Amino acid sequence: MSIARHWRRRHNLYRLIGTRCRSCGRTFYPQAQRCIYCGSSDVEQARIDGEARLLSYSIVYSVTDEARYEAPVILGLVEVGGVKLITEITDASPGELEVGMRLEPVLRKVSIHGESGLIYYAVKFRPAMGGGGSGED
Amino acid sequence: MTLQARPEKGSGIHGWGAYIPRYRLPLKLIASTWGWHEDQYKGLNVREKAIAGPDEDSTTMGYEAALNALKRAKIDPSEVGAVFFGTESKPYAVKPSATIIAEALGITPITMASDLEFACRAASEAMRSSIGLVSSGMLKYSLVIGSDTAQAQPGDVLEFTAASGAAAFILGPSSGASAVFEGSYTYVTDTPDFWRRSLQPYPRHGEGFTGEPAYFHHIINSVKGLLEELGLKPGDFDYAIFHQPNGKFPVRVGLRLGFTMEQIEPGLVTPMIGNTYNASALMGLARVLDRARPGERILVAPFGSGAGSDAYSLIVTDEIVERHDLAPKVDDYIARRVEVDYGFYTRYRGKIRLMPR
Repeated sequence: MSIARHWRRRHNLYRLIGTRCRSCGRTFYPQAQRCIYCGSSDVEQARIDGEARLLSYSIVYSVTDEARYEAPVILGLVEVGGVKLITEITDASPGELEVGMRLEPVLRKVSIHGESGLIYYAVKFRPAMGGGGSGED
Repeated sequence: MTLQARPEKGSGIHGWGAYIPRYRLPLKLIASTWGWHEDQYKGLNVREKAIAGPDEDSTTMGYEAALNALKRAKIDPSEVGAVFFGTESKPYAVKPSATIIAEALGITPITMASDLEFACRAASEAMRSSIGLVSSGMLKYSLVIGSDTAQAQPGDVLEFTAASGAAAFILGPSSGASAVFEGSYTYVTDTPDFWRRSLQPYPRHGEGFTGEPAYFHHIINSVKGLLEELGLKPGDFDYAIFHQPNGKFPVRVGLRLGFTMEQIEPGLVTPMIGNTYNASALMGLARVLDRARPGERILVAPFGSGAGSDAYSLIVTDEIVERHDLAPKVDDYIARRVEVDYGFYTRYRGKIRLMPR
């Protein structure tokens, strides 16, 4: 991601700002000029929050050189307040993951551009403190 | 008196929060890696240290502590007029972490924001400055963050204690505060006990200066100065918290000043997580606030090399009770632990150079 693109998207990335469609009433992430469901341009910014659950995940062992320190990288399909998004799962080893477990957002480093470049921060998700179990609660 | 211990208008702590990464490295694994005998580290009174994960730094840790402080303060982020970030492990040499955290919390753009450096005492300087800013009426709320991923050269004795963690506080007017500042006092001198030069990855320490001329001299003078200014004695306090470079210094300085183990123990966190530098004494304060009851009096005395110490007296108010459970407590983070070995530690803290980062 370029410096300019990350800067333009910093609110989306830091605070999970997505889009709500005034026409069809649906909310989605990331932010867009038109509704991804009905195509309407009558959209507004919306904070994506609420209960988060892990719907599915993939464990990536063969990673790029840049991600070697974090390997294995866990990519999760997460539902947050009714919105589905793909994000990194952190503070968890593969053995700790369970479909349906409760998650919570955290701000983390997502990439670093070399020794002299910019550090990019964004929201990832981790198992909820106090238990990330999938029990009815 | 050139520096007032008690500004005319009062101020206090509205919200407090902490963050400790989940990874723990037992000291015995550091010792076995470098050939230390257990007698050489047992006296530190530290069992294990918290280390940040590979996607964490002082900015991300400070953010989570600040978020917890905001939850307890129960204020809109836009009401914060200053964000101060005290650290000696800045991710950038030039580019403030304070603006990143302010942006992520929704505090920007009408706010003061800066990173401060005074070894382990920078966040405490932010706290003293914030007392002045709030008391003057220049702003209503100030966010003070202490956060470090402390560095130590592999094999150096500092490696036993240099840990990662953060603490944060929302300071505001005394009205509505969880704990009100009764007074504060600062004592600084030029002392060569610990330093890190520009572009150097690890700090150096002047052995002969670490204890008596630096840590003990400055804390004893700041605390004695505060007690004299307020007309108080050690027995007037329910808790006494000191900077914790290890688990023995805060006990020793507390007992020497006339405090008891019953007053010192609740704010002692270093034996469980190591020295979190700018968050060290302030993490102890957060842990005490997690359990403090209305009417109790707290003494907290951070210290930073170079060197200086501040002493604060706080009186807990009725407001604190409903705020205890609005965010995770220090003990919740202490309990969230995953033990790692020295290999993980070297990878997670970037001590293995795979490629330019």
